Amino acid sequence: MIELDNISLAYAGRTGPVLALEGTSLSVGQGEFAAVVGPSGCGKSTLMKLVTGLIKPTTGTVSVDGAQVHGPVKMAGMAFQNANLLPWRTVTDNILLPLEIVEPYRSHFRAKKDEYRARVENLLSIVGLQGFGDRYPWELSGGMQQRASLCRSLIHEPKLLMLDEPFAALDAFTREELWCVLRDVWQRLNFTVILVTHDLREAVFLADTIHVMSARPGRIIDTRTVDFARPRDLDVCYEREFTDLVHVLRNKIAEVRKA
Amino acid sequence: MTKSFEKLAPWIFVITLFVVWEASCRLFNVSTVILPAPSAIYAAFVRFWSPILSNSFVTLWTTMAGFGLSVAFGLFLGLVVGWSRTIYRGFYPVMIGFNSIPKVAVVPILVMWFGIGEVPAILTAFLISFFPIVVNVATGLATIEPELEDVLRALGASKLDVMRKVGIPRSMPYFFGSLKVAITLAFVGTVVSETVAANSGIGFLMSQAGANFQMPLVFAGLIVLAVEGILMYAATAWLEQRMTGWAFRAQGSAAG
Repeated sequence: MIELDNISLAYAGRTGPVLALEGTSLSVGQGEFAAVVGPSGCGKSTLMKLVTGLIKPTTGTVSVDGAQVHGPVKMAGMAFQNANLLPWRTVTDNILLPLEIVEPYRSHFRAKKDEYRARVENLLSIVGLQGFGDRYPWELSGGMQQRASLCRSLIHEPKLLMLDEPFAALDAFTREELWCVLRDVWQRLNFTVILVTHDLREAVFLADTIHVMSARPGRIIDTRTVDFARPRDLDVCYEREFTDLVHVLRNKIAEVRKA
Repeated sequence: MTKSFEKLAPWIFVITLFVVWEASCRLFNVSTVILPAPSAIYAAFVRFWSPILSNSFVTLWTTMAGFGLSVAFGLFLGLVVGWSRTIYRGFYPVMIGFNSIPKVAVVPILVMWFGIGEVPAILTAFLISFFPIVVNVATGLATIEPELEDVLRALGASKLDVMRKVGIPRSMPYFFGSLKVAITLAFVGTVVSETVAANSGIGFLMSQAGANFQMPLVFAGLIVLAVEGILMYAATAWLEQRMTGWAFRAQGSAAG
């Protein structure tokens, strides 16, 4: 599904060119849940922009769905640490936003608005927000806003979902709750996910494969497969193999931070 | 009690101001030529109500015409300037330079071009008041959250889509906020031009009255201007509240 082949990326910094990524290769299969972890400032977010075609690599090639990426991929859903909902729109209208932009929904937006609204309602109930569609974002708590943001990234049924630390600003309980929400949605709709995170437990709990990045210039230095049976329960977080894997990843990152 | 007191506070303050003014004029026996007492100003109102009314109407409509021009032009230019960083950076120094010119210096030029009368007043009101509108609209557009723009662009949104769905609605609170500043500036522009070169309007009336040492009439003109300014400000503030109430509510929210 996604192939990054020997990517490097340099941008102009204040004191000359800065190399954000160097020799990065990454491959994510169709329907795979991939997590990217690494020390801060290693270019994880840059990686996200590369995959979605928002920026071009200096060298190397990115291809998504078999085709080389030259501009925005036009089909990815994205969610970030901040929910970034539009305060002048209700929750429902916020979630409808991608359908006003992506084809083929865009051309039928007026005609099929009722159908789309039903779809939003359905998504809201999946993430536990039923009945909140007519509220405004500022009437919602941070966790609820993040749920709405997740709905917005999924409404157009993207084949690819990019998540950049989507749960980082939430409290521990809400975060674990949303892990389960994401797990369930992903299992139901089976899209490809790239999750960038600092939270190793989050990565191990959710992902099929975990890619560890080095400090700047970032490159993938280790890839681990996680083979806990699915569907996973939160209890898996307290199993021996789980904590062992978190430990291994932790040591890896500690190593590259020193280097 | 405190709530109703809060509502009455502006009135109490204004009345107190006039009472203190009146009292000090009488107490210190201030000459009407220096500072007329409110009672003298009121007398001038009664005596000259007809010319005051007709001239204040002229000032009002020229101000509104200038303000209307600056809203249309300011909104347009703001959208253009906010559209791209390059235009923003290229245009800004010129704008600031233009805005730094005292508009009173421009009035003689306008008079040379258009003759004495309402046209220079309208144009001065326009020239003095469009800047805050441009700056605010452009700022609203230029400060779109980059992540939100990424979300939309990853969906294949064009620049126009981003502007229509996010940029323009987002800049509306800035726009309506700037109208409050612009309308008061427009009044300043009109009166400046009327004082320098006109044959009607409150500015003209005041300069005529001043030349004849009719200070109560001059002050009556000032008060008319102040009242008109307050009314127009209130109208734009009401409009702002109505059009972009979400921006105010958002601030008061705990979840924000």
